[in-house]
Amino acid sequence: MALTLLFLGRLQDAAGGEERTVGYHRDLAALIASLEPELGQALRSDKVRVAVNGVLGVTVLADGDEVAFLPPVSGG
Amino acid sequence: MSPDARLIDSPFDPSEELRRFAEAHRQSGGIASFIGQVRAEEGEAAVLELELSHYPPLTLPGMRALATEAGQRWPLDGMLLLHRTGSLSPGEPIVLVAAAARHRRDAFLAADFAMDHLKSEAWFWKRERTAAGWHWVEPRAADHADKARWENSPPI
Repeated sequence: MALTLLFLGRLQDAAGGEERTVGYHRDLAALIASLEPELGQALRSDKVRVAVNGVLGVTVLADGDEVAFLPPVSGG
Repeated sequence: MSPDARLIDSPFDPSEELRRFAEAHRQSGGIASFIGQVRAEEGEAAVLELELSHYPPLTLPGMRALATEAGQRWPLDGMLLLHRTGSLSPGEPIVLVAAAARHRRDAFLAADFAMDHLKSEAWFWKRERTAAGWHWVEPRAADHADKARWENSPPI
């Protein structure tokens, strides 16, 4: 039972990498609470969007999901 | 109008892309285009390298949706949105937007609209390497103000 986390943009600095695999958590709040406090705080920002398997706005997680944390975009 | 939106992971030639776009839209009376490129500057703050990352499930679909919206707002014959990803050097093109229309004003407006939305909404993250090291490029308030111009009616 696992989740794959992706950190985009500057969040990869806070996470210490672009990707990590963690144990399963049933929803986003539980997942974020399981991470390091400083990283959790960065991910809880109103400006960070979350996509689960490429879809924005999902909060309930299933085993094997890919959870991407998307900070404000820099502009194209 | 079927838009041509692409992500490109190696250097591209905007003039060749524009030539093909014009060839594909010979019925259009005008083509407006915009090329964004990495600034080549001198001095301490000069950017030595630009890295563009994206999120595949959202980035290209978002660009396609933007081109489609432009086609709904103005009568276009074609819309081209090309955007680099990966590592870029000073002087290299980052983005090419072109709109083909029967009349010039629709082409100008559609290209302007597409650039303002790419700058403020497209799913790209940039970081720059200067002599001082890497730093992330933050969103600019001016980019959001530029996008807000289009919220009611197109600028005249």
